[in-house]
Amino acid sequence: MSGNAHHSTPGETHAPAGNALECRLRKRLGTFDLDIALTVPASGVTALFGESGSGKTSLLRLIAGLDRPAGGYVRLGERTLSDTQQKIHVPIHRRQLGIVFQEARLFPHYRVRGNLTYGMSRSGRARFDDLVALLGIGHLLERLPGTLSGGEARRVAIGRALLTQPRLLLLDEPLTGLDGERKRELLHYLVRLTREIDLPVLYVSHDTAEIATIADHLALIEQGRLAAHGQLDELMMRLDLTERLGGFDAATRLNARVVDHDQAYSLTRVVLDDDQTLRIPALDQPPGTPIRLRVGVRDVALALAMPGDTSYRNGLMAVIDAIEPSTHEPSANEVRLIVGRQRLRARLTRQACDEMQLVIGKPVVALIRSVAFGSRF
Amino acid sequence: MLFEAIALSDAEWQAITLSLKIAGSAVGWILVPGVAVAWLLARHDFRGKSLLDGLLHLPLVLPPVVVGYLLLLSLGRHGWLGQWLYQGFGLSLPFTWQGAAIAGGVMAFPLLVRAVRLSLEAVDPKLEAAAGTLGANRWRVLFTITLPLAIPGLLTGTVLAFARALSEFGATITFASNIPGETRTLPLALYTLIQTPGKEAAAARLCVLSIVIAMFSLMASEWLARRARQRLQERDR
Repeated sequence: MSGNAHHSTPGETHAPAGNALECRLRKRLGTFDLDIALTVPASGVTALFGESGSGKTSLLRLIAGLDRPAGGYVRLGERTLSDTQQKIHVPIHRRQLGIVFQEARLFPHYRVRGNLTYGMSRSGRARFDDLVALLGIGHLLERLPGTLSGGEARRVAIGRALLTQPRLLLLDEPLTGLDGERKRELLHYLVRLTREIDLPVLYVSHDTAEIATIADHLALIEQGRLAAHGQLDELMMRLDLTERLGGFDAATRLNARVVDHDQAYSLTRVVLDDDQTLRIPALDQPPGTPIRLRVGVRDVALALAMPGDTSYRNGLMAVIDAIEPSTHEPSANEVRLIVGRQRLRARLTRQACDEMQLVIGKPVVALIRSVAFGSRF
Repeated sequence: MLFEAIALSDAEWQAITLSLKIAGSAVGWILVPGVAVAWLLARHDFRGKSLLDGLLHLPLVLPPVVVGYLLLLSLGRHGWLGQWLYQGFGLSLPFTWQGAAIAGGVMAFPLLVRAVRLSLEAVDPKLEAAAGTLGANRWRVLFTITLPLAIPGLLTGTVLAFARALSEFGATITFASNIPGETRTLPLALYTLIQTPGKEAAAARLCVLSIVIAMFSLMASEWLARRARQRLQERDR
């Protein structure tokens, strides 16, 4: 329903460490060389992010074993999947990877059920009903793929990949080509799914809003190289990456917890880790649910004191952490704030910064419109 | 009276059943190698691919008598292969219906391979790759994805090959001769009647029979292929 918030990642230490992916891969790609060393943590969603043609899909294909690298290795946990020096290249059908391609690639001559069970492992059988329910494809089981909508077909493809009990799930731009509503719906399923399943996910995308919704880690790829790599929350805080991570729509994320709902106004109150509260458009999660809020840098205004008569529903006590001229907009500064133990970004005109005499360490009030939370996701 | 006039004579029946048996066997023995070669050509690149492709098409362009003669040279009792077959297994192919089936099969082989190859090439390799990611090895991919999706072409190829074997004349008469009840198929029986004065009416009957059988097999193949296509693209009720 409301796509602007979702469950936050549970602690990242619970998952078996055995499924971390480690690779170093080289391959010639048209006009440039792909040369990337990457580690994908054993849990959570890692986004492979970059422009079209940056090499992210090629990297995914090399990891999957669909293409052979010119040099390098791929290790999943203890297992070596590729190693050009040791001349190891595990064939794709023995890699135990779940791969969902841009097109769903469902088998046209099998019904949905047949597609789902095609590669199903014995332990996958026990999860069949749960997974079908989780993906909302129970009513499609006896249909043929030709009759499915784009979003339905991709949900089936995701279920089909997961039922093989893979050790790593690779998603190659799974939302490409879907219209706005279908995209939102599938993203909603994906977010739910990635919180439920206990395996690492590698998610290829070039959409920052999509990534801000689903990813925990990010690998930024440019011209076949790894430009930045780490926790997405950290990278979103880096003012120097503004241009790459969203530009005009750059955003940050706040972790919060649902407190209560105001039925009359359709608002939900959430609390941050320092007990400050926010009002956001109503969510259907019960009190206590951890959620992740995406806050656009343009949706945050600053005041030196809490204003009296204002339509802003949210005022967070904050301290200025950094101010830098925006690389995106010559009239603006990118400002980083500390809110409790979290950080938040705002984009203000340089004029406002000068007139308010904003400097690092100055306490301010970060004003956020409630309706801004519903703007995109 | 009318029924008797239409009813088939023993000789005619013999020619028909023999033709069907020989053409059926011909298709039977080339089916697996034909599909295998088609798959090789459709899905693999290797040295000598164009040479193999050319060799395969030879029976289409060579005079059938030449093919029959080459068969006689290789599979005849003194041929390099025939000698081995005869001494090792007591098998002698020339002048037998099995020999006729081999001649028909050789002539039909390129047609089968062409049709199957085209339909295999039309199967999206991305689906095969997807099956691989689901843990299917090459054989499982072949039998669960590639071949089922190529069924329309497989049917067309089979019927084409069957029709070609049914109408085989030159290679058959050269390699297997024209023995009543053994190798005298419809075309050979027709040829014999034409050579015999006063048998024009009988020849005409065989001529009509040939047309009927050919039409029937064409319609059957069309129907089967359409059904297969429908199954592949079936819309839910």
